[in-house]
Amino acid sequence: MNLINTFLNIPVLIDSLPQLLWGLAVTLQIGITSILLGLAGGLSLAVARLYAPKVVKLLIRGYVDIFRSIPLLVLLIVVYYALPFVGIRLSPFLSAVTALSLVSAAYTAEIFRAGIEAIPNGQFEASAALGLSNRHTMIDVILPQAIRIVIPPLTNNCINVMKDTALASVVAMPDLLKQATQAQALSANPTPLIGAALIYIALLWPMVAIVGRLEKHFSRGTR
Amino acid sequence: MDNPNPPLISVRGLTKAYGTFTVLHGIDLDIAEGEVVCVIGPSGSGKSTLIRCINHLEAFAEESRVSVDGIPVQPGPGLAKVRAEVGMVFQSFNLFPHMTVLKNVMLAPMRVRKTSVEEAERRARDLLARVGISEQAEKYPGQLSGGQQQRVAIARALAMEPKVLLFDEPTSALDPEMVGEVLDVMRKLAGTGVTMVVVTHEMGFARQVADRVIFMDGGRLVEMGAPAEIFDAPREERTRSFLRAVLNH
Repeated sequence: MNLINTFLNIPVLIDSLPQLLWGLAVTLQIGITSILLGLAGGLSLAVARLYAPKVVKLLIRGYVDIFRSIPLLVLLIVVYYALPFVGIRLSPFLSAVTALSLVSAAYTAEIFRAGIEAIPNGQFEASAALGLSNRHTMIDVILPQAIRIVIPPLTNNCINVMKDTALASVVAMPDLLKQATQAQALSANPTPLIGAALIYIALLWPMVAIVGRLEKHFSRGTR
Repeated sequence: MDNPNPPLISVRGLTKAYGTFTVLHGIDLDIAEGEVVCVIGPSGSGKSTLIRCINHLEAFAEESRVSVDGIPVQPGPGLAKVRAEVGMVFQSFNLFPHMTVLKNVMLAPMRVRKTSVEEAERRARDLLARVGISEQAEKYPGQLSGGQQQRVAIARALAMEPKVLLFDEPTSALDPEMVGEVLDVMRKLAGTGVTMVVVTHEMGFARQVADRVIFMDGGRLVEMGAPAEIFDAPREERTRSFLRAVLNH
């Protein structure tokens, strides 16, 4: 079976597996760091956009629109190859995390904004009438209700960030894809690439399935 | 002239406009402590807007003056403090759907007054008993009838021990058979000396409970006085025609 020997060569796969798993660890580091930073940034932006003075609101809107428009690969290359010209030299890891977080924060901000806007105005009014501060209105009243609405799109965004970590291989980051291409070159066989693809799928398929479940659950549970 | 009892609520030249459409035309109004005032009038007359200006849920013209217990009601850092002294009951209840009834009543005292959990819970259970829903304390608002939800909303507002309670058409969203239970609670409340401003279409309630009835039309206070004056001997033609329309149907 020539095809299996080429694409699913078990000895090659076993040989390259440690390298692939190292790559997976790096991918997870980039992905999880970026997801957390993106969540924190996006939530801050969304809440700030609600309460900040008009100028800041406009700036946030500009940020959100720009970083949703720029292709991630372009941003990553700018961060890694262009910023050194102004003296900012980021490691491949920091470059990848910076680019991914900036974009993820923009999408997350939009998701939270939509979630907050979906809460009826009466909830804001009742909180205000009771004398609750803006902070307590958000923490105790609005966000706990908005979270139901935003969890499916947030999970979707996490999946996208995880997938986009593969772009880090462009800036010489030894992530899962980079390790796979190197192993492929070394063994002159594409099996490591197939292995990497299977690992990505194994990692993200459960998350994709969870999103589907959550969407069904939340659309049914609306009162 | 020095008034020994300054009004609890003072409204001076209250003007409110949406673009070129003026909703309130320079309203002047004083409400004394312990007074129960019912505001009646056709829809669109500005009565809801009037009471929503008292806690600044509606912004109003800058030169207008509203104060509660001598504290000016104006945007800024002091606003939340004034609002804490002004309870509000909404037409659509606006309970927090993700919290139990008990937590709904406990939240604001704990966050705003820094009341301890134990104390807040004790007082919340007291208030729920007062409005007759002790058994529902652990339920969520969505599991309650409209009348029960509105009674929880009254308990939630009372939990802050406000100086005045504003009611914005509290029975208008209720099924007819539940109107009575909410009005009963409000009637009892009025008997305890709480200052209340009630926007309502319930003329029977206004006549029976109010110390003073205000008739509004077209963003102006057309006429005010004791219930007997307004309902039995209105001076203004607009008041008469409004009352004819709502009472004879």
